[in-house]
Amino acid sequence: MAELILISTLNGVLYGLLLFLMASGLTLIFSMMGVLNFAHASFYMLGAFLGFQISRWAGFWPALILAPVLVGLAGAMVERFGLRNVHKHGHVAELLFTFGLAFVIEELVQIVWGKSPVDFRTPALLDFPAFTVFATNYPAYKLFMLVISIAIFVGLFVMLTHTRIGLIVQAALSHPHMVAHLGHNVPFVFMSVFGVGAALAGIAGVIAGPYLVTQSSMAALLGPILFVVVVVGGLGSLQGALFASLLIGLLQTFAISVNLSLSDIFAGSGFLPQPNTLLGDLWRVTVAQIAPILPYVLLVLVLIFKPTGLFGNRET
Amino acid sequence: MSDAILRRASTAAAQGGIGRLAPLGLWMATALLFALLPLIFRSGTALTVLSLMGIAIIFALSYNMLLGQTGMLSFGHAVYYGLGAYFTVHAINWAIAAALPIPLIAMPVVGGFAGLLFAIIFGWVSTKRSGTAFAMISLGLAELVGSSSLILRSFFGGEEGVSTNRTKLLRLFDWNFGPQIQVYYLIAAWCLLCMALMYALTRTPFGRMCNAVRDNSERAQFVGYNPQVVRFLAFCLSGLFAGIAGGLASINFELANSALFSAVQSGNVLLATFIGGAGHFVGPILGAVLVTYLQNMLSDVTEVWQLYFGLLFIATVMYAPGGLAGLIMMHGPIWRAGALAGLLAAYALMLLPLAAVAVGAILVIEMMTHLGVKAAEGTIMKMGGISFDAKSGLPWLLALALLAGGGALARLGWGYLAAAWDRAQGIARDKGLTQ
Repeated sequence: MAELILISTLNGVLYGLLLFLMASGLTLIFSMMGVLNFAHASFYMLGAFLGFQISRWAGFWPALILAPVLVGLAGAMVERFGLRNVHKHGHVAELLFTFGLAFVIEELVQIVWGKSPVDFRTPALLDFPAFTVFATNYPAYKLFMLVISIAIFVGLFVMLTHTRIGLIVQAALSHPHMVAHLGHNVPFVFMSVFGVGAALAGIAGVIAGPYLVTQSSMAALLGPILFVVVVVGGLGSLQGALFASLLIGLLQTFAISVNLSLSDIFAGSGFLPQPNTLLGDLWRVTVAQIAPILPYVLLVLVLIFKPTGLFGNRET
Repeated sequence: MSDAILRRASTAAAQGGIGRLAPLGLWMATALLFALLPLIFRSGTALTVLSLMGIAIIFALSYNMLLGQTGMLSFGHAVYYGLGAYFTVHAINWAIAAALPIPLIAMPVVGGFAGLLFAIIFGWVSTKRSGTAFAMISLGLAELVGSSSLILRSFFGGEEGVSTNRTKLLRLFDWNFGPQIQVYYLIAAWCLLCMALMYALTRTPFGRMCNAVRDNSERAQFVGYNPQVVRFLAFCLSGLFAGIAGGLASINFELANSALFSAVQSGNVLLATFIGGAGHFVGPILGAVLVTYLQNMLSDVTEVWQLYFGLLFIATVMYAPGGLAGLIMMHGPIWRAGALAGLLAAYALMLLPLAAVAVGAILVIEMMTHLGVKAAEGTIMKMGGISFDAKSGLPWLLALALLAGGGALARLGWGYLAAAWDRAQGIARDKGLTQ
């Protein structure tokens, strides 16, 4: 039991931090431009595939730097030549634009790398068990992912709260016109934030690529979860995004390892509905089976009972 | 401006009787068209595609009750479509087993009620919010229902779904609905009925309140309506029609499976509605017809048809947010003012550079596809009857030249087109046809 809890906690925190790498960019972009970027998970996917390609040519470490930079540039281009032109048609048009973009990026990735998963391996330098708890080897690569994620979170937090750049970004969030009057180039700030957000998703892609599966459906699988994270945490709140990421990471990891169903809980009562009926199905569903839908249950509950999200201060 | 409105009002009054009969004639013509289409397009494929178009029209129109009429962006409309399909299939199976005297033509009603019922339940939760929050809840609910459908196997039949036999029900006029042509007429009849009902709905005070809530919910509130209630009612009715569409789909395929709930399905209806034009009633109809056609025909021509589809959608969002219907309607006043001829000349001039850009883009995409996905087939490919090596420089040079040259010419022609447009608009304005 203790083993299960420890390993699940480590995995849950790791998954949560990966979610946070993406959610932080998404929530920053939302609070700045009011756009919920549907294509954010696609940048994560681009990061993974570019990371895979560059690591084949030049090794993993150059890929870790180059791929996020390329993804960030792509993100900036998307903002400059796409989103900025759509802005005049309103928020629905912006949301639809990113929706179409996600569609196109998935198709492009399929054209170049195909539909089946690619063989993206952990670098040889980190391919050893870091430590052993209760006879379970914990891979060093996972530890490396943890360290990178935490480092980026701390870096982002310090940059936003303690530097001049962070000050301008924060000011542009709430008072874009005032910031423009003070002589700052607000459209450029927007473009940079979009680019940096995309780059963060790109980093998540490169480091998650070898650990999770790198395939063309990875964006569609993760995208909805990201929305759950930013909405549950409160749109525009960085702390909220961190909290919700960890919450959902832990929730899903623990749920998957619990193989309990109602029939187990009420085994003593002697009540067992017939199989192949609706009640029979519900009675036999294990917690592990409903793990994928738990985030959405959480999303609906939060939106009903606390529409601002757990940490947000404005209505979604 | 008020002059123009008065003048238009007086002409409308003068046309009185004819003006009122014109819509009726249009509906009669549509009914006639639906009846005659299978006689014009006789092949089996055409009949299948026509049936799918009928279903897609109902589905897209029901979606537009949310997006276009009430201003609610939903990413989970397939939920009501899928549930309508499942309930219809179960109802048919149940009617066969119990030997109930219910004809097949009545079965989509079951789908409609299922859609309505679940729209009431889910709508109660989601329509409390509008805008982005509503869109997110709809996405969450869609994921929830989609995942649940794989867990509750007894009702949803797991991965393979639930199948049925549409020919075993009570027969009317000796129609057993075995042949596709009979199913087509069933779908066409329902399509016409749903189109008429949904159109009528837009003309009611409720339909107008939906538009008011879309445009400015605060002011709608001042008039004394609760926007939340208006949104809820629109959502329920939209679920009803989506359920009917789903019921028809399940009759068409004799199957309901979890793919009906997929994000692809929800995405497609959004794409179809927006490409067709959410601002006009005919928009979703155009979009449904076009998108169904492209899905069935383009997939034979190219493997990456979905990419073209996505690019078409992005182009619509960026350059023609009114969709196809919006583009067409823009020309109404100009046509009535008799200024269309000058504008058409400018369009013809733009045709060449735009065609060059399109051909260049298609060349690049197809060569990329050939070198990427289809690398195993070698580098020689064939397009438009010409074979060439996708790895050689010449085709790439040609494609890039077409893209760059066409783009530059299009930029030049754009100014000319804009001037022609202003001129035509000016003529229409002088004649009091636009403000």
